[in-house]
Amino acid sequence: MDSARAGSRQDGGNIMISSHSTHIDKAYDVLVVGGGPAGMAAALGAREAGADNVLMVDREVEAGGILNQCIHNGFGVHHFKEELTGPEYAQRYFEDVLDNDIDVLTDAYIMDAYIRTGDNHKQVKIMSGTQGVKLVGSKAVVLTMGARERTRGAIRIPGSRPAGYMTAGLAQKFVNNLDYLPGKRVVILGSGDIGLIMARRMTLEGAHVAGVFEIMPHANGLNRNIVQCLHDYDIPLHLSTTVINIHGKERVDKVAVAPVDASFVPDMSKSWEIDCDTLLLSIGLIPENELSRQLNLRLDPITQGPVVSSSMETSLDGVFAGGNVVHIHDLVDFVAQEAHLAGKQAGAYVVGQRPPADNIKLIAGENVAYCVPHTISTDREHTVYMRVKKPLEKSWLKLGEVYQKPLRYVVPAEMVSLKVRPRFLEDFHGDALKVDILPREEQ
Amino acid sequence: MDTDVVDKVTHYLCIGCPLGCRLEVEEDAAHVIVEVRGFSCKKGDKFARQEHLDPRRMVTTTVRIENGLWKRLPVRTKEAIPKDKVLELCQTLRTLTLQAPVQMGDVILPNALDTGVDVVASRDMP
Repeated sequence: MDSARAGSRQDGGNIMISSHSTHIDKAYDVLVVGGGPAGMAAALGAREAGADNVLMVDREVEAGGILNQCIHNGFGVHHFKEELTGPEYAQRYFEDVLDNDIDVLTDAYIMDAYIRTGDNHKQVKIMSGTQGVKLVGSKAVVLTMGARERTRGAIRIPGSRPAGYMTAGLAQKFVNNLDYLPGKRVVILGSGDIGLIMARRMTLEGAHVAGVFEIMPHANGLNRNIVQCLHDYDIPLHLSTTVINIHGKERVDKVAVAPVDASFVPDMSKSWEIDCDTLLLSIGLIPENELSRQLNLRLDPITQGPVVSSSMETSLDGVFAGGNVVHIHDLVDFVAQEAHLAGKQAGAYVVGQRPPADNIKLIAGENVAYCVPHTISTDREHTVYMRVKKPLEKSWLKLGEVYQKPLRYVVPAEMVSLKVRPRFLEDFHGDALKVDILPREEQ
Repeated sequence: MDTDVVDKVTHYLCIGCPLGCRLEVEEDAAHVIVEVRGFSCKKGDKFARQEHLDPRRMVTTTVRIENGLWKRLPVRTKEAIPKDKVLELCQTLRTLTLQAPVQMGDVILPNALDTGVDVVASRDMP
């Protein structure tokens, strides 16, 4: 039987990240949808838990996902204990994938997913350039599709529709992979890390970045990126200011910007125009869940990802999810950690070693936008991730009435995590716990 | 010769954590640091002194490559180099064209701009 294994090392030791896999004609234990950091971590987790046949599918020509275009360093501090660039992180992880006999199919797109009636097995319809359309069966599925960027349509910027406005991540791919500089005079909307990184990237490639505009009164990216991407190159950051119009016929020739009030309404009387040929949008990510919708998974309207148990299992038996497809993470290490758990639990599901079911629902309370996972159990330790709605300097993180811990600061841009230990819940007999993050008064 | 008799204060934004402390480094006329202010932990104090005396940056960029899977190869400096050499290094790297295949860690530009630091490939490029 031809294996779908790809990426065997070439003679020179060069790792073929791309795959021209020949044939898929077997049933799998675990099928992983997406070959980015989450997919690779999930596939490895599934193998660790005892799943023999694991297939990871990606639509790009190589595994690694967004890491392949994130050429800056700062990745892997938690996982690899050193600072790596995105491509280094991807390649190291992919070496692990190859060493663990995981089948990899790239350049292939999953069009549809089904639950086979009778034996509860899953089938996915894969379209690939080399194999046409195929139905592949698997006992468990892990969804690791990641996220996509919000576009102009998501925030309805008025104006004309010329060439020259695009998401920051698309520009990143143009510059870093495709050898194409998308513009020479650039305005960036949104101070998320991708926007800040692209401000530096465009500058280093010889473009002029006129400024970064942020509708919120605070920057959304890491301070490190504010300093090393903006301050280092004297790129101004305009807070509480947004783009109100895009001008240009064939090509963007200027944008209009204006300060906003506390309810984000622009003050047109104070607007000004900036000559530019490019507008990059770094205005947030949305979990990519078309497949989840086809499977009728229960989705959380806040995270826009699947509702998951503490095993990262979705509302559908044997379908797991992890990484940015569930909720947007701050760091790739956290993506990998969560997806690794999803893969491990998918493997445990396949070998018949599922942990006891959850019995406590978590409810996002005061100043908490959401909690993931959505439920926990009392038998083992869980890590719960949450995002706050507004920044606080000193606060209490409260888990119902059973536990509280002081936090030095919380900001929406940084996920808060809480280890829930079984002993916290020894005397708790309810079925739901509210999580609050409240201001803490000095004693 | 600096004839300014008043102590000079330079401002930095701490990158240690999301608090983003506003740091101040005060130096006297002889450029000796008199005081560092504004930090709320040791990281801030250390960062302010390093930024003031010897700011360095890791450089990550791409170089044109032919006959590879992609048209650009991501590269990095092996260690951080002085901040004021970053733009010049990027200009130098823009003049290069490489040939695939390349392996992660291959030296693309040895001893870049006489810093003693090599520029290496960040990935294999088959």
